[in-house]
Amino acid sequence: MRTYHQLTDPDRSGLLDQIGAQRRRVAERLAGVKRIVAVMSGKGGVGKSYVTAHLARALARGGRATGVLDADLNGPTIPGLLQISPNAPPHPPAVGLDGVKCISMGQFLAEGAPLAFTGPAAESFVWRGAMEASALREFLGDVEWGKLDVLLLDLPPGMQRYIELCDILGNPPPVLTVTIPTPESRDAVRRAMRAAVDRGSELLGIVENMVGGELHGSAANELAAEFGVPVLARVPWHPSTDVWNALMARVSDAPRTTHDAR
Amino acid sequence: MKFLCVECDQQMAFAERELPGDGTLAATFKCPKCGRVVAMLTNPMETQLVSSLGVEIGGRTVPAEPFEMVRANVVTTAGLSWSADAQERLSRVPSFVRGMVKKIYADYARERGITEITPAIMDTARAELGLEGM
Repeated sequence: MRTYHQLTDPDRSGLLDQIGAQRRRVAERLAGVKRIVAVMSGKGGVGKSYVTAHLARALARGGRATGVLDADLNGPTIPGLLQISPNAPPHPPAVGLDGVKCISMGQFLAEGAPLAFTGPAAESFVWRGAMEASALREFLGDVEWGKLDVLLLDLPPGMQRYIELCDILGNPPPVLTVTIPTPESRDAVRRAMRAAVDRGSELLGIVENMVGGELHGSAANELAAEFGVPVLARVPWHPSTDVWNALMARVSDAPRTTHDAR
Repeated sequence: MKFLCVECDQQMAFAERELPGDGTLAATFKCPKCGRVVAMLTNPMETQLVSSLGVEIGGRTVPAEPFEMVRANVVTTAGLSWSADAQERLSRVPSFVRGMVKKIYADYARERGITEITPAIMDTARAELGLEGM
């Protein structure tokens, strides 16, 4: 009896071809994007979305065509931060404050509704992760960004979405890391940065958020020393526009990676 | 996944796909040599897993629409609601099993994209799920 690899007749379903077509669609759609940057952290509540939105606005004010892909499918906050209507259609992408383009799961959900999929409730853990990865793929492959100088990807806490992103893009994106000063954040963010390095992402640098208040520690300095990357900004509780403009300049000046050179 | 006609040692070819509408999928494969046909039947969870990959068994006949998977599978309403009659009926279920019964109806509705549970939906669910008496 022949084995799997000995059966070489063309498959009418062409599942691998369909997967390949999905990848090509993403590559074609992102061909007009000069630079992709993933904003990530291993920890929740450090202000990734806040930093992402304000950095995007600063980039846009600086004359760079900028988009934000809100990859936090379960807790989308970018539409609120960019003041995009919850009902804004995703096609073409909605445009928020300072002209930043945006796609978010928040545009598909009713206000206050959690992300839920139709399908069998029993053992939904089997397929839910694949559903979320497919949603991310559609966000990357179906949004008509047009020409963009920068596309910021706002990732949720944890590493799963980053790994999916690497698989879909086929090339790990440069990473901007956000932390708060505390040792607890440092330890969680360290794991995320290590995972990003292991995957082959370039670390652009660290943004330390919520500086100068009740949160004590030196997470950014310690992580910067450990990974040999710069602290790009220290963001106080009530930052001025100057903070974001300075971060924008430093991100813009960061060296291009192999991914950017596609 | 491939299918082999053991008798002929031939790779079977995809023939037809059916979606009965109950969350399951049936795909038939035919041996090009002897004509034998087998059917692959997937349960709702397996069918959903295939769907979540954004691929179609049997191949695509038309290109994917933008946000096709999200639009087809994400629940876009504010949540499941219960009509007053359905709530009244649910209140008559003994309290120690009410939560379980409510979840059964809610799961039934979500799996089918139903946004409001009414007594008629409860009747249909009972019949389909074999829950007479609930």
